[in-house]
Amino acid sequence: MKIVVCIKQVPDTNEVKLDPKTNRLIRDGVPSIINHDDKSGIEAALQLREKVGGTVTVVCMGPPQADVALREALAMGCDDAYLLSAREFGGSDTCATAIIISTALKKIGYDLVITGRQAIDGDTAQVGPQIAENLGIPQISYAEEIEPNGDVLTVRRQYEDRHHMIDIKTPCLLTALQELAEPRYMHAGGIIDAYDKDITVWGFDDLKDGLNPDHIGLNGSPTKVVTSFGKMAKGAGTKLDVSPDEAVAAIIAKMEERHII
Amino acid sequence: MDFKLSKTHLLQQEMYRRFAENEVKPLAEEMDETEVYSMELLAKMHKYGLMGIPYSKEYGGVGGDYLSYALCMEEVSKMDGSTGITISVHTSLCCSCIDSFGTEEQKQKFLRPLIDGSKTGCYGLTEPNAGSDAAGQQTQAVYDEATDEYIINGGKIFTTNSGFADTCVVFALTDKTAGTRGISAFVVPLKDDDGNRTPGVTVSDNIKRMGIRAASNCEVSYENVRVPAANRLGKEGQGFKIAMKALDGGRIGIAAQSVGLAQGALNEAVEYVKERKQFGRPIAAFQTTQFKLADMQTKIDAARLLTWRAACIKDAGENYGPAAAMAKLFASDVANQVCREAVQLMGGYGYCREYPVERALRDAKITEIYEGTSEVMKMVISGSMKLK
Repeated sequence: MKIVVCIKQVPDTNEVKLDPKTNRLIRDGVPSIINHDDKSGIEAALQLREKVGGTVTVVCMGPPQADVALREALAMGCDDAYLLSAREFGGSDTCATAIIISTALKKIGYDLVITGRQAIDGDTAQVGPQIAENLGIPQISYAEEIEPNGDVLTVRRQYEDRHHMIDIKTPCLLTALQELAEPRYMHAGGIIDAYDKDITVWGFDDLKDGLNPDHIGLNGSPTKVVTSFGKMAKGAGTKLDVSPDEAVAAIIAKMEERHII
Repeated sequence: MDFKLSKTHLLQQEMYRRFAENEVKPLAEEMDETEVYSMELLAKMHKYGLMGIPYSKEYGGVGGDYLSYALCMEEVSKMDGSTGITISVHTSLCCSCIDSFGTEEQKQKFLRPLIDGSKTGCYGLTEPNAGSDAAGQQTQAVYDEATDEYIINGGKIFTTNSGFADTCVVFALTDKTAGTRGISAFVVPLKDDDGNRTPGVTVSDNIKRMGIRAASNCEVSYENVRVPAANRLGKEGQGFKIAMKALDGGRIGIAAQSVGLAQGALNEAVEYVKERKQFGRPIAAFQTTQFKLADMQTKIDAARLLTWRAACIKDAGENYGPAAAMAKLFASDVANQVCREAVQLMGGYGYCREYPVERALRDAKITEIYEGTSEVMKMVISGSMKLK
């Protein structure tokens, strides 16, 4: 089985802070990590390879610095890696990102595509499903368990108050939850091997046959971020320990006082 | 001159750090209290390659270098000195003797299982009456021509890892009249593949110690232990040279362990002084605290650079003995100073067993003693200065 895992390099949100003046993330000096859900996706892919054989390819779109995220994936045991990196890709929203990644996936080939559910820096959970739509393959999001069963995969999908057990035939796409698999550490020797391997870097020219320049990058992105801001800290509320009637009267009085009603 | 780590080293450092924080740190306090090393942790260290870093992939090792090994030693020792010495004795004492002096057949037979994760090693040089005077060995190995075996008799002390190790490199006299040239080195299985103790080998309980209490450190006695002649490393009489060469490399590991103990204690102290308020403000706001921390970090950095330099000289295949001795001499002193100051900064809390700096201070003392005392380091360094 040819498994392709799509990963994103994100700032470690445990260490990230918001600039109070500009409301932008302060990325300077913040370590970058593989997005947690994506890393679980890598682990699930490696476990699947151990069960059914095949290869695990890892794909990342990002700046040249994302190389280290791919090396980490190789050191965990992935077979090969692709970095999609070009000036033209910069500023892409989820829609444009999914177009670029699915163009690359068509070229790489796949039986199973695994993405993380969502990235901790954007939290949209859109890229995985959009890739599946672009490729025209079935998808199961929120996968928390994958079991190979003959020519199908039996996937347990998390829901708010239940879970679904779904059989799916390949080729298909799954989006992985962090609970899907506890990622292994890199192997010390795997790190040495990872730096001996070549990572394929694809820029715009390598993918241009499948890409419309008007649909990628900042200008090709339908989503525009108007502004971003941190959560306002709320002060402690007033607590009244009174009867319901008195409570209603107190609330109405407060609303009148503030000209809400 | 470039003081930057390579990308490979940086990623290894990151991996060792994550492993130490997630796997070693949660167990360190309990292992110290119970004086028992976790076999689950040991198995994980084997699994992820921490027990075979500077050895060739040809034999199942990681294919790293001594600098990689030093980075690992620092990261694990930040969390636990006992884990540092467990890795160090296996790697730079036991395995290095076989790697440097073993034949191809011996490497396949003895080194491979030690670095591919199947077995753990130890090193038997120190005896009750032969410490710094390592040449004063009393353990004997007598050759039995009829069976082509050596028969070993004697006792070793402070053999780290011996409580659970499978393999020991043992030094013994093959010629009592030849001084240091009468010592030979043998690979002695302490157990068979099923875990049964080798006949004639007895391992004591863990010796009660001040620090690195989780490490297994026992007396091992050898009574008519028969070892095939094929297990002798090098020629008869080469043992002392083999032992000293291993210790030269081991000292880089101990220097790195010292740096780790110091940096780990300093990191704890830094977190503490930012939180701890006295006289109305965090004690980190007092210049006396800031200056003390500045001194501590400067000393640690100096010790780290000496350690990395020794590792790089070894990796370059040059004479690293004096550099390794300087690194160990200085770093072990820094570890003791910094851990003591960390306890001082944390006051009564730092003295409590609940806080890891108390353990670090107890663990640090041994770095000035084992794998050559500070006094022996000065002998090695001054010996290289052409004073006579």
